[in-house]
Amino acid sequence: MSEQNPAPQQANEDYSPSRRAFHLAVINIFGALIGLALAVPTGIYLLTAPRKRGGTKWIDAGDVGQINPGTPVELSFQESRLDGWRLVTEKKTAWVVKNTDSSIVAFGPQCTHLGCAYHVENGQFVCPCHTSIFSLDGKVTAGPAPRPLDRYETKIENNRLQIGDLKQQA
Amino acid sequence: MGDKLKQLLDEIDHRTGIVSGLHHFLNEDIPASSGWHQIFGSVALFLFMVQFFTGMMLGFNYAPTPGDAYSSVRYIMTEVTGGRLIRGLHHWGASMIIVIVVIHMLQVFIWGAYKKPREATWIVGVVLLLLTLAYGLTGYLLPWDNRAYWGTVVTTQIGATVPIMGPYVSRILASAGAIGVQTFARFYTMHVQLLPPLTMILIFFHVFLVRRHGVAPAPGDELKPKKKFFPEQVFKDTVAVFVAFAILFTMAVMAKVPLERMADPTDTAYIPRPEWYFLFLFQTLKAFEGPLEVVGTVVLPTLAIVALILTPFIDRGKLVAVRQRTLAIGIVVLAGIGWGGLTGAAVKSTPPQTVASSIDFAGPTQWMESAPNELAGIGYYRREKCGACHNIEAGTTAKSGPNLVNTARRHDADWLLTHLKNPAAATPGSSMAPANLTDAEMKDVQAFLLKLTPDNAEVVDTAPDFAVQGAILYQKNSCGACHAVNGVGGKIGPALNGMSQRRNEAWVIEHFVNPKKVSPTTPMPPYNFKQPDMQNMVNYLFTLAARAPGQ
Repeated sequence: MSEQNPAPQQANEDYSPSRRAFHLAVINIFGALIGLALAVPTGIYLLTAPRKRGGTKWIDAGDVGQINPGTPVELSFQESRLDGWRLVTEKKTAWVVKNTDSSIVAFGPQCTHLGCAYHVENGQFVCPCHTSIFSLDGKVTAGPAPRPLDRYETKIENNRLQIGDLKQQA
Repeated sequence: MGDKLKQLLDEIDHRTGIVSGLHHFLNEDIPASSGWHQIFGSVALFLFMVQFFTGMMLGFNYAPTPGDAYSSVRYIMTEVTGGRLIRGLHHWGASMIIVIVVIHMLQVFIWGAYKKPREATWIVGVVLLLLTLAYGLTGYLLPWDNRAYWGTVVTTQIGATVPIMGPYVSRILASAGAIGVQTFARFYTMHVQLLPPLTMILIFFHVFLVRRHGVAPAPGDELKPKKKFFPEQVFKDTVAVFVAFAILFTMAVMAKVPLERMADPTDTAYIPRPEWYFLFLFQTLKAFEGPLEVVGTVVLPTLAIVALILTPFIDRGKLVAVRQRTLAIGIVVLAGIGWGGLTGAAVKSTPPQTVASSIDFAGPTQWMESAPNELAGIGYYRREKCGACHNIEAGTTAKSGPNLVNTARRHDADWLLTHLKNPAAATPGSSMAPANLTDAEMKDVQAFLLKLTPDNAEVVDTAPDFAVQGAILYQKNSCGACHAVNGVGGKIGPALNGMSQRRNEAWVIEHFVNPKKVSPTTPMPPYNFKQPDMQNMVNYLFTLAARAPGQ
């Protein structure tokens, strides 16, 4: 320990520029590879829809024999669906209109603009949020709604309305 | 372009100091002896960040309450694209971080880098090691499967044996009596809210101390020119991080990430074992019985922690070359042998898993809900190769026969039997050959086809062979005349769901061979099944859910 301490040199002569360039390249490439290997699966994990099971299930929404043509009726029904990892049973509603030829249309209960619940006023569907107005065949007659009301798939069995999936109208 | 970028960086730096701060951080002088042996701290930091990130990603699809926790982990594993990989990274990353943190510590210990003035760096490191173990302990409960539940029961009971403090530990963990929603909430909050910020603060402090005292030099370093941290050492760290990540990623893809049956507090057959890195403690515990138990649960671990913390104060000698640190190396070797021996003994004393508990609940398990006649029907369906001409699942390419998924909507039970016996009679012009099955076997195929829907169609592919063979045996011997499985069958004998909770495999086999011997009043006749029939039957019965579905 009696040796004198020479001032340590700052530059290391063994460390050549080409070596330095190689090290920088490896740092960048390996860093990018790790980043990609984490980012790509995460993107897939967050952005792809989870696996879907099962097809259309028909839900009984009640007797439609007594509905008067041209008068919308709000029918409610219970739907069981898989909410992520959980089977939930929810109350849902549909605005049901019987046409003069006795065919039945069931509209989804939300305005196609921003999803508010609409109601019936003077023989048309009126949304209270931004005053979109729809005629009884679902077409937009006023307001900002971008497309006609969504419709449920329907079929009639023994005068009872069966409700299927909700479909967007073009 | 380059000038513009430089100008922009200068402007940003002028206002924030970020660029020059980073330069200052990277341009640290490090001793000439620095090199590959000092990569482990960086790897540990990287793995911590991976855990932090993947944990947050899991949190996006995770419900932190018992029951829902299990369903949501299953959801991540089976329904979410990439979910299995993200959980794999988190699961195996937890083990890997333990390995790396311990190696990091051993390196510092062997090189004597904890010596004055670096005592505080070492002590903070010891606390970080304890935090890492705390993550393992608290995270273990979160999937809420049998492994998680029973492992935590044991852990919290150990906590309760601490003299004086025991009752308070139980109170804080809400674990007195039973593990339930409260314990779960506390473990979850510790795992995701308490530990991460604490870890971050301590890592920051740890790195700050490393910078304050500089990287520990080796004797003679003061005579040699200093090196720069960037890029020479950063290169080595990056290569190490890359190798560690490549191993972790491979494990996450290739190795099974366990998810067992949902936590069942009534499961008396379950044999809990801690995570591999706690096995040595588990084995140590066996050596102490009765009033001495506290030595294994509390005294020895506490002494070990205190010894670790005091290490820099016990060993106050001057820094010497690694090769001369024989005592330190000797201690590490002895500790390694001790750890390896205890872990090995613990592994050796672990009974092999039963088939029922080795079933991967992260995979499809819908077949467990099928009745025995449906499962047997699937067996015949496979044996007769019905799938060569018929599709089961919707949307697959057409085969010569019709898709069977909605058979029950189009035809009734009698039609099906007629069709199987004589296809042309039920469907004029059918080119199908009559099924080569007995009437009883056809009834099982009929039962299976009548219950087939798009929702349960995957069972045809996913039901394991042992269960199908067990179900065939069950049907052939008309077990259903007296017993019920999944709500289908007779009521003379006990329902077989839940039997696995009450009996073990040996008892069940004995009961088949000689019922009166183990159950003197039973009216059940003996069944001397040959192998592998007996094993298939027993395994099948042990995979039945504790309660029939919907009950």
